[in-house]
Amino acid sequence: MSSEIVTDPGDERVYHPAEEPHHPEGHSTPLGFWVYLMSDCLIFAILFATFAVLGDRFGGGPGPKDLFDLPLVALNTAMLLISSITFGFAMLAMHDGNQKGVLKWLGITACFGAAFLAIELYEFSHLIGEGAGPGRSAFLSAFFTLVGTHGLHVTVGLIWLTVMVIQIRQRGLSTANQRRLNCLSLFWHFLDVIWIGVFSFVYLMGMI
Amino acid sequence: MSNSTDHHDDHAAAQFPHGTKREYVTGFILAVILTVIPFGVVMSGGAGSFRITAIIILVCAVAQMIVHMVYFLHMSPKAENGWSLISLVFTLILLIIAVSGTIWVMYNMDANMMPSMEDEMPAMQGDMPMGQMSDS
Repeated sequence: MSSEIVTDPGDERVYHPAEEPHHPEGHSTPLGFWVYLMSDCLIFAILFATFAVLGDRFGGGPGPKDLFDLPLVALNTAMLLISSITFGFAMLAMHDGNQKGVLKWLGITACFGAAFLAIELYEFSHLIGEGAGPGRSAFLSAFFTLVGTHGLHVTVGLIWLTVMVIQIRQRGLSTANQRRLNCLSLFWHFLDVIWIGVFSFVYLMGMI
Repeated sequence: MSNSTDHHDDHAAAQFPHGTKREYVTGFILAVILTVIPFGVVMSGGAGSFRITAIIILVCAVAQMIVHMVYFLHMSPKAENGWSLISLVFTLILLIIAVSGTIWVMYNMDANMMPSMEDEMPAMQGDMPMGQMSDS
């Protein structure tokens, strides 16, 4: 059947290569991971839109001005921002092939990330203790969903970071580990970008 | 042949764009400034009106997101032959449609379909209609 389609044997036009050319492993990882981050960005966009609609439905309960503690949020923001540049230093050490430096800076980054999570969990438990849990009003449901989803991402980032430290200890700065570290770096900085949206639109706008 | 694949492998390993120490430090300093400004304005009681304070927060947030994109995520039109930038623009379009569309639809639903408290309350208390009735 297929031989009948090629009418002229002299016609050597090739419409597609007979075999896919060899691609080195991981050659499409950067763009693929970026597309994943963009899809994650859309999840946060929907949660921000939900918060924008429900953020002023207090249901007779407490509002942002009664609940939020701005110095605590500023401290939280500082933790995440510092963890961003320490991760940058880990990446610079990686490009220098300095394994000890990478492990040191990843450890420092993990400490700041954990501090961020600890402050957030303290804030959540404080709110729930005050009776301002996610079930109190539509505003608090949207708040806990948005900020909680971000916190969940940071938790996953911390687990990933721990796994990477173990991987680098065992196998050094191999090409595969460098690729994974590059992905984690994108993920970590991306979470910082989302947090800018959270502190600007949820906390600061709510406190005006 | 092996030469070209070696070159390809090198290229693959270096495909992730990366920055320099100078870039990271510059980005960090800019990010700190753009964080301190909105927090400072809000914590000191706002910049006069709600609108001005909100604009300051909004401008600082957008500026800081761009700073993070450029200095930490190393976004540039050249990275990935521009595909990462195209996917970012595509995401931003979807994001704007989703967020502004949701707010617009829900605002209109509130305005047009919810029984308005301002209209109902006086009627129930009988202030306005009673006055009108006595007039007529």
